[in-house]
Amino acid sequence: MFTSDVVMREETLIDGRTGKWEIIIGLEVHAQVTTQSKLFSGAATAFGADPNTQVSPVDAGFPGMLPVINEIAVEKAVKTGLGLNAVINPVSVFDRKNYFYADLPTGYQISQYQQPIVGKGRLVLDMPDGSTREVGVTRLHLEQDAGKSLHDQHPSMTFVDLNRAGVALMEIVSEPDMRTAEEAGAYLKKLRSILRYLGTCDGNMEEGSMRCDCNVSVRRPGEPLGTRNEIKNVNSIRFVMQAIEYESRRQVEVLEEGGTIRQETRLFDSGRGITRAMRSKEEAHDYRYFPDPDLLPLVLDPALIERVRASMPELPDGKKARFIADFKLSPYDAGVLVAEQSTAHFFEVVAKGRDAKLAANWVTGDLFGALNKLGLGIEASPISAEALGGLIDLIADDTISGKIAKDVFAAMLDTGKSAGEIVESQGLRQVTDTGAIEKSIDEILAAHTDKVSQYRSGKDKLFGFFVGQVMKATAGKANPALLNELLRKKLGS
Amino acid sequence: MSDFTDLTLATARAGLAARKFSAVELTQAHVSAIERNRGLNAFITETPDKALAMAKASDERLARGEGGVLEGLPIAIKDLFCTKDILTTAASHILDGFKPPYESTITQKLWDAGANCLGKLNLDEFAMGSSNVTSHYGPVINPWTKAGDNRQLVPGGSSGGSAASVAARLALAATGTDTGGSIRQPAGFCGIVGLKPTYGRCSRWGVVAFASSLDQAGPMTRTVEDAAIMLGVMAGHDPKDSTSAPMAVPDFRAALTGDIRGLRVGIPKEYRVDGMPAEIEALWQQGIDWLKDAGAVPVEISLPMTKHALPTYYIIAPAEASANLSRYDGVRFGLRVPGASLDEMYENTRAAGFGAEVKRRVLIGAYVLSAGYYDAYYLKAQRLRTLIARDFDQAFEKCDVILTPTAPSAAFAIGEKMDDPLAMYLNDVFTVPVNLAGLPGMSVPAGLTADGLPLGLQIIGRAFDEETMIRAAGVLEAAAGFTAKPGRA
Repeated sequence: MFTSDVVMREETLIDGRTGKWEIIIGLEVHAQVTTQSKLFSGAATAFGADPNTQVSPVDAGFPGMLPVINEIAVEKAVKTGLGLNAVINPVSVFDRKNYFYADLPTGYQISQYQQPIVGKGRLVLDMPDGSTREVGVTRLHLEQDAGKSLHDQHPSMTFVDLNRAGVALMEIVSEPDMRTAEEAGAYLKKLRSILRYLGTCDGNMEEGSMRCDCNVSVRRPGEPLGTRNEIKNVNSIRFVMQAIEYESRRQVEVLEEGGTIRQETRLFDSGRGITRAMRSKEEAHDYRYFPDPDLLPLVLDPALIERVRASMPELPDGKKARFIADFKLSPYDAGVLVAEQSTAHFFEVVAKGRDAKLAANWVTGDLFGALNKLGLGIEASPISAEALGGLIDLIADDTISGKIAKDVFAAMLDTGKSAGEIVESQGLRQVTDTGAIEKSIDEILAAHTDKVSQYRSGKDKLFGFFVGQVMKATAGKANPALLNELLRKKLGS
Repeated sequence: MSDFTDLTLATARAGLAARKFSAVELTQAHVSAIERNRGLNAFITETPDKALAMAKASDERLARGEGGVLEGLPIAIKDLFCTKDILTTAASHILDGFKPPYESTITQKLWDAGANCLGKLNLDEFAMGSSNVTSHYGPVINPWTKAGDNRQLVPGGSSGGSAASVAARLALAATGTDTGGSIRQPAGFCGIVGLKPTYGRCSRWGVVAFASSLDQAGPMTRTVEDAAIMLGVMAGHDPKDSTSAPMAVPDFRAALTGDIRGLRVGIPKEYRVDGMPAEIEALWQQGIDWLKDAGAVPVEISLPMTKHALPTYYIIAPAEASANLSRYDGVRFGLRVPGASLDEMYENTRAAGFGAEVKRRVLIGAYVLSAGYYDAYYLKAQRLRTLIARDFDQAFEKCDVILTPTAPSAAFAIGEKMDDPLAMYLNDVFTVPVNLAGLPGMSVPAGLTADGLPLGLQIIGRAFDEETMIRAAGVLEAAAGFTAKPGRA
């Protein structure tokens, strides 16, 4: 049932015309399990194949065809369950969910209804301000995907592509624990991150391998839950957030004008940024669920669960905690770095034996900025983790200044050369020779005697002018700390 | 040589091995018999060319000293088994023109053992019926007639074409399927042997589903030995059927030792139902005596939940069927009757494609699964099913096999009981509990009614103990000495 134990937080409320409202959000995510073959047949699952080329007679619902469970899909569901800190049910049951549609060949979807493979779990959201929030996971169950109806290929007919029919999905249902669109976004980001870490779903919302249904209701703070609406099949995190913003505002307006919310299923129109009614509760199907007699109850061997447990990678939360503890990173930086396993790995290589804070700044700052501009993922970074580490080493041992390092970084991006090569070939090595810097200072001070006297009579701000002049004279290579020290000494004398 | 069609699987195989005749001769004799007896309407599709081509190939293998257990033996297939590139109808209009791109596991095993395919046999539509009158292709005529009464009788059902063809000597043997008695009851009505194995013994892959948790394929033959031989070929674990049992297949034929000394034969006291003809009662007693004479020990047992078996069955089977038959929607294969919308196309197709009995069961099934009724009907039926199975478990603590009549009546006239589905459903009163409990059961022809119609006795075995059941059946068969032949063949 739609209840929630989450404590009301004032800052999550939204303002209506007549007062404040609380938004209650629960999400149902359909995540395609990364498997070579379908949940109950041997047909392939690759994305983008020609229509109806990846269909077995089982998927097409031919007479006498029988489902056989894909063990890899079962293992991945267990793995995902463990990744969500959830209860793994040793016995689960596949049911038939009955409804007629042209892209549902058997006239029923094989799903899990009363006894899912994974029970209650939880997930920790990393909010943009660095805080965290816990959201309950109600359940995870395995089910088949349906095919795809193509209504725009022919003036009077619908075409059906069954490539997707029978593909393994995990439906992951959250508790109604979220209160803002931002939290819903953070939930999806975190879930996607965990699924990718585990390798159980590629989380690719554009290709439809992760889709989201949003349950939204509003209420006055402290009052019982309102009637919810379900927004079906939203296919990006941004759209989920938009849909929730719109839908909650809409519900508030209806209620404030004295209306009531009808329980219904709605669709998000991403072009117009609105939701519209698809069908009401009265029109809802009676799915006539019953246990699929073609499949025995799914009994998990405890050894399988242990084997999967032993194969679990370090997950984002664990990694984040470790980054905070070992590298003294801020929760925010740690959260950003662990979102993708490849980023976290990249960072760890850069940070190894180096100043971790500096490494984090370079990865999340300059590198992310550059990759963003180039439209590349971190796997395709033109600067390797080792190369970036090399640049940081040159800063650390005072070979170059932080400022020069930015130029070196840009050159590394362009040329693919190492920081050391660039520094050498362009003569960017910083001057730490006291004599050379002193000589340069003397020249500058001699050329600007008027300014020297102004400084000495109290115009402190001119200090920066002298620094700038010396830097200009040394092409920026003077060690800044040394320069400051020597300059201060000379001006003071 | 018309005697060819009086052979059994065992004697024909021996004759072929001894090169007394060829597989082509044997098959040709059956092809001719089928042509002569089209009036029985036993076949939906005849495949004489295929049968003769397969026979020719069998002769070549036999000449090389090779050949499987069923090499060169012409058999026929209930049209519920998918056969590659051969029309497969389930006797329904809705499968018009459907030629499967695959071969059922069981028929593949039969062909691999050397059997030859004479054709596809008529049945009740989607195996729903006990008299073979629900077929879109018309009723099958029982080759037997009452003495002095030329009215056409039903062969029983749903495997009516299978029973009629074997009884009328149109095939040496046939496959059947049994969901609530569909092998055993027609075997009883037609005076042949029909064996329903333990649920999970034979693969259901490629067999058009009626009620998945009850359906089980089995052999229909003229002797117990033939049933044992054919079951040996049909049985075995199939990874493509998740409900198929991963168990080794015993040598069923070797179970026919004739020795049942000390075997405890359970006689369920609740099976003396009201209105059962006295001659069936008497035959049952005769059966008990035959087994006792052979050294078995009759034991009275109680199966108190049996009285709930029919209502339980008529909830579970339609529930499963209502979902199993959803795939016949006009979208991908078979009949399509156009409509202005998708829903209208569904309605038109299914209205035209399904017969009255199928529609009745789909509606019952959808009803018992619907919101608000599920607990009262489906869930309660599942609980009763568990209790019925427990009845048998407890009974088998006291006995090794159970003996009952196969059906409460002999074959009746076509058209009788048609206006009362409940009376029709009563035909299965002795067979349905066996399916609900997943046990093996077989019907053995044991005698004739006063007006000359065959009657069968049913032997029920423990789960996966077909061997003991077959051994007892062999003794019963020998004692009964059933040699009568039907009049119409």
